[in-house]
Amino acid sequence: MISAARSLLHTGVTSVQGPLVFVRNVRGAGLYDRVDVITPEDAIRSGRVVAISEDRIIVEVFQGTDGLSLQGTRLRLFDEPVTLDVGPGMLGRVYDGLGKPTDGGPPIPARARMRVDGNAINPVRRDVPSEFIETGISAIDAMNSLVRGQKLPVFSGSGLSHDRLASNIARFARLRGTDSTDFAIVFAAIGVTFDTADHFRREMDEYGALERIALFLNLASDPSAERLLTPRVALTAAEYLAYHEGRHVLVIVTDVTNYCEALREVSSSHGEVPSRKGYPGYMYSDLASLYERAGRIRDRAGSITQVPILTMPNDDITHPIPDLSGYITEGQIVLSRDLERRGVFPPVALLPCLSRLMNKGTGAGMTSADHPALAAQLYSSYAQAQRLKLLSSVVGEEGLSASDRDLLAFLERMESEFLDQGDERRTLEETFDIAWRLLAQLPDESLVRLADRQIAEHIVAHRHG
Amino acid sequence: MSEARVFWINGPVLKARPVGSLQMKEAVFVGEERLAAEVIRLDGDAVTVQVFEDTTGLKPGAVVRGSGLPLAVSLGPGMLGSMFDGIQRPLSTIASSHGDFFRAGVEAPALDPEQRWRFTPKLDVGVAVVGGTVLGEVPESGNTSSRILVPPGVSGTLTWIAPQGDYKGAETIARLHGESGERQIAMVNRWPIRQPRPSARRLSTEQPLLTGQRIIDTFFPVAKGGAASLPGGFGTGKTVLLQTLAKWCDADVIVYVGCGERGNEMADVLDEFPELEDPLTGRKLMERTVLIANTSNMPVAAREASIYTGMTIAEYYRDQGHHVALFADSISRWAEALREISGRLEELPAEEGYPAYLPTRLAEFFERAGSVSTLQGVPASLTVVATVSPPGGDFSEPVTAHTRRYVKSFLALDKVRAQARFYPAIDPLQSYSGYVQHTERWWTSHGGVRWASLTKNVLALLEEQSRLEKMVKIVGRDALPAAQRLVLVCAEIVVEALLRQSAFSEIDRYCSSEKQMSMLNVADDFLSQSQRVVEAGVDPDTILTLPVVRRVQRMGEDIANDDLEAFSALTHDISTAFSALAPTFAQNDDNAA
Ligand SMILES: Nc1ncnc2c1ncn2[C@@H]1O[C@H](COP(=O)(O)OP(=O)(O)OP(=O)(O)O)[C@@H](O)[C@H]1O
Ligand SMILES: [Mg+2]
Repeated sequence: MISAARSLLHTGVTSVQGPLVFVRNVRGAGLYDRVDVITPEDAIRSGRVVAISEDRIIVEVFQGTDGLSLQGTRLRLFDEPVTLDVGPGMLGRVYDGLGKPTDGGPPIPARARMRVDGNAINPVRRDVPSEFIETGISAIDAMNSLVRGQKLPVFSGSGLSHDRLASNIARFARLRGTDSTDFAIVFAAIGVTFDTADHFRREMDEYGALERIALFLNLASDPSAERLLTPRVALTAAEYLAYHEGRHVLVIVTDVTNYCEALREVSSSHGEVPSRKGYPGYMYSDLASLYERAGRIRDRAGSITQVPILTMPNDDITHPIPDLSGYITEGQIVLSRDLERRGVFPPVALLPCLSRLMNKGTGAGMTSADHPALAAQLYSSYAQAQRLKLLSSVVGEEGLSASDRDLLAFLERMESEFLDQGDERRTLEETFDIAWRLLAQLPDESLVRLADRQIAEHIVAHRHG
Repeated sequence: MSEARVFWINGPVLKARPVGSLQMKEAVFVGEERLAAEVIRLDGDAVTVQVFEDTTGLKPGAVVRGSGLPLAVSLGPGMLGSMFDGIQRPLSTIASSHGDFFRAGVEAPALDPEQRWRFTPKLDVGVAVVGGTVLGEVPESGNTSSRILVPPGVSGTLTWIAPQGDYKGAETIARLHGESGERQIAMVNRWPIRQPRPSARRLSTEQPLLTGQRIIDTFFPVAKGGAASLPGGFGTGKTVLLQTLAKWCDADVIVYVGCGERGNEMADVLDEFPELEDPLTGRKLMERTVLIANTSNMPVAAREASIYTGMTIAEYYRDQGHHVALFADSISRWAEALREISGRLEELPAEEGYPAYLPTRLAEFFERAGSVSTLQGVPASLTVVATVSPPGGDFSEPVTAHTRRYVKSFLALDKVRAQARFYPAIDPLQSYSGYVQHTERWWTSHGGVRWASLTKNVLALLEEQSRLEKMVKIVGRDALPAAQRLVLVCAEIVVEALLRQSAFSEIDRYCSSEKQMSMLNVADDFLSQSQRVVEAGVDPDTILTLPVVRRVQRMGEDIANDDLEAFSALTHDISTAFSALAPTFAQNDDNAA
């Protein structure tokens, strides 16, 4: 029953619009069924049925419709949705955006065929993610902690160093107390340049990490409709690795913005009523069907942690792509052009960042009992300092009090000593130490988020030291 | 039953040619897998159906089978402590039968048909009963007992009632003789989700829903039977606040609807609620809670239905005489589901692609909140609090704007506060509550005689602060006279002292009304003392250096609900500190006393 190909080839293409092919008089097609589209030159492209009406069906062709003709194009329908063959040996391989190996290696011995759209996890079977991942990056570990099973995107801007941050996370990430990482990495490139993808691969190679990575590549030059499938294929592989092989999988998707643009393109070919900025009204649900595939499931060994990267058009966080993503994911790491310009790496703009699962994975027994208060104080002081800096840039620095100057110095040092760490990996203890040291420069009365005991234990020592 | 044959499929929406007549809003089943669905439009030769499940693989020619009945939920004992999807399928049961992932076409009864409940009759044969009359009681969960009622619209003389004993939900526990003849009544009954359940009459809202959250109870109260919205951009704290309300508010029954939001958030509720105790009754929170989860990746039509499923369940408990609170996160995701279905129907869009009937639907939904006298004449209430997720955090967008028209309490979450990790990030200057007057009487009779005037003072101070901050941006802080700098100093302290309340602080996550009043008094005392020292010539900025200021700002998280004497000690220390600042003033004060 697996590959129920119908022998019949259909003709009757009445129209080709963007990535869509309209076909007359096709009986028996099921919604989202897989379709082979056979070009006049007998090349096979994959697609799927996306709408059905009385006298015609609409087929979305992943590899695009260039070169198709009304007469010469034929279709073969399958009685199943689009699937991916999964099996042992998926790691250490390179695939195209539809999940076919392209590295010249052997085919994947198919243990199962999994539907690329996945199935929603029953919420009662979800396990609340709570295992702290030490990423080695201070801005994340101390202030926006990542836990296994979380979806924590990077909101970046074009040209910012998000790729470098992502490959550092991929290299550094481990559970606390372990010296090496046990993460399998699924990397999905969507509409990025060959250089970006290749750079990531070489980085990983350099650190001997290639054999725990599966790379799915849809490059900028690849057809845009294929982009709708690439993250799904990659996540399907991740689900196999996590839930069948019991691995902890870190999924890096770059760039979600290209995915959304492909979605908009396909939607407009359908003539759908657009929502904000021309993106379809269902983009929230569509993105959720990707992001919600992160998580942990009770009684299953593996997990899926997602670090998707998206570039905010015009650095605008209210643009629908970051906005809808932020409404679905469990926080976001936002990069700042200003910090990047000043040479801070990673250029993390702290204020708009958030990790919603932080309180699940930090505190006594997990990181340190005082970690949550430390993060709260850092945020409160940093926000206050930013406000002050803005104000003093308007009314001048003359009127600043001594404690105001302390705050501005704190801001300065947060950037130069805490945020700016280059490619060095910091342990959580090292990060904490820097943070307490910087807070110790502020007077007690501005450390309202810390209890007296915390001041006595962590702050006083640094003042005298 | 009528049938139809599918000829058009677009995502969760399909069209079919009927044989016989299907009704508008009729529950139907599609195809061999019997996908749950509902009729949403009737045209001459076609019915349009929205499907509550994944339609992948569905083919033209599939049969749509009518049920003859509108889409309904089962109401009876056994709902408390459970989690259902948007059309009331029991998620735990489905997980045990079908595993970790959803599949389409799963049918499972909402309430376990084999479960027996101990029914104790409350009436004798021969009594005339009408809809809403209590037939008997069933201990359901914790201290909540379900009252088994004559269903609305049914009346007659009781000809038989079951003796005390253990019965299944579908078993007959009473028989009536009415106008339309003999009628059997079971404990479990169905009710259409889109039709409000009747009550005898509406009462005015007078009691506050005590939430244990200072910014709500003290400043922007929500009444029992009221409606409130919580708008805010992503990450501003809507869900945490809503969950906090669901945990600590003094309703008898909580219905929490996760409408198009995250799976992990529902897992979190399932994880925490069975552990936490209701501060008033000591029973586990889960025992008073019904959860509806239709997460963002679950079918969009079922998301649209989910808030009505939750509402109908909430009304069922209200009709038993309970104070019920319905929390919906988020109403925007519901509106988007409506928009998506409408778009697939190619309806003419109004604002932002939303259908023109969006405001009507919102109004109907929020109108189901209220304080009522039930059919049996008992006061009860249904409070609704819904989050709103405006695109780009822009409150002028249609869902936020229309919701605002139908709620009286508007708790606006603000990005700047959230970014500074100031929680709850409710902006006191953008928020308002139309229930202040209603609840004033309650406070007056509960030790809060000065409540109204104190809260007004604080809010006035905050308004003054915002006005002055605009001036500071132009002229600088030093240019302000001492009295105005004092406003800035005090406002900052008071905001930190009263409005900040972490949902994760064991001590502060729930603040009793006594503690709220004590804190308000401390703040007031602090304000008047500061004013007096500044009038006596002390520079306002020196107030900031007083060590006692830290204690005022941290009093919420440092002083527990059962340690109210600590507030007297704090008041005393405030006096001492201020006397040290301005001894003359202290002497004068002593002389006066
Ligand atoms: N009252 C609170 N106390 C402590 N922390 C809070 C509080 N409210 C929010 N937070 C913090 O802010 C984070 C985001 O809050 P939340 O998930 O409720 O946002 P949201 O408004 O529901 O966002 P979205 O619209 O994307 O769902 C939480 O994970 C938590 O860390
Ligand atoms: Mg939320």
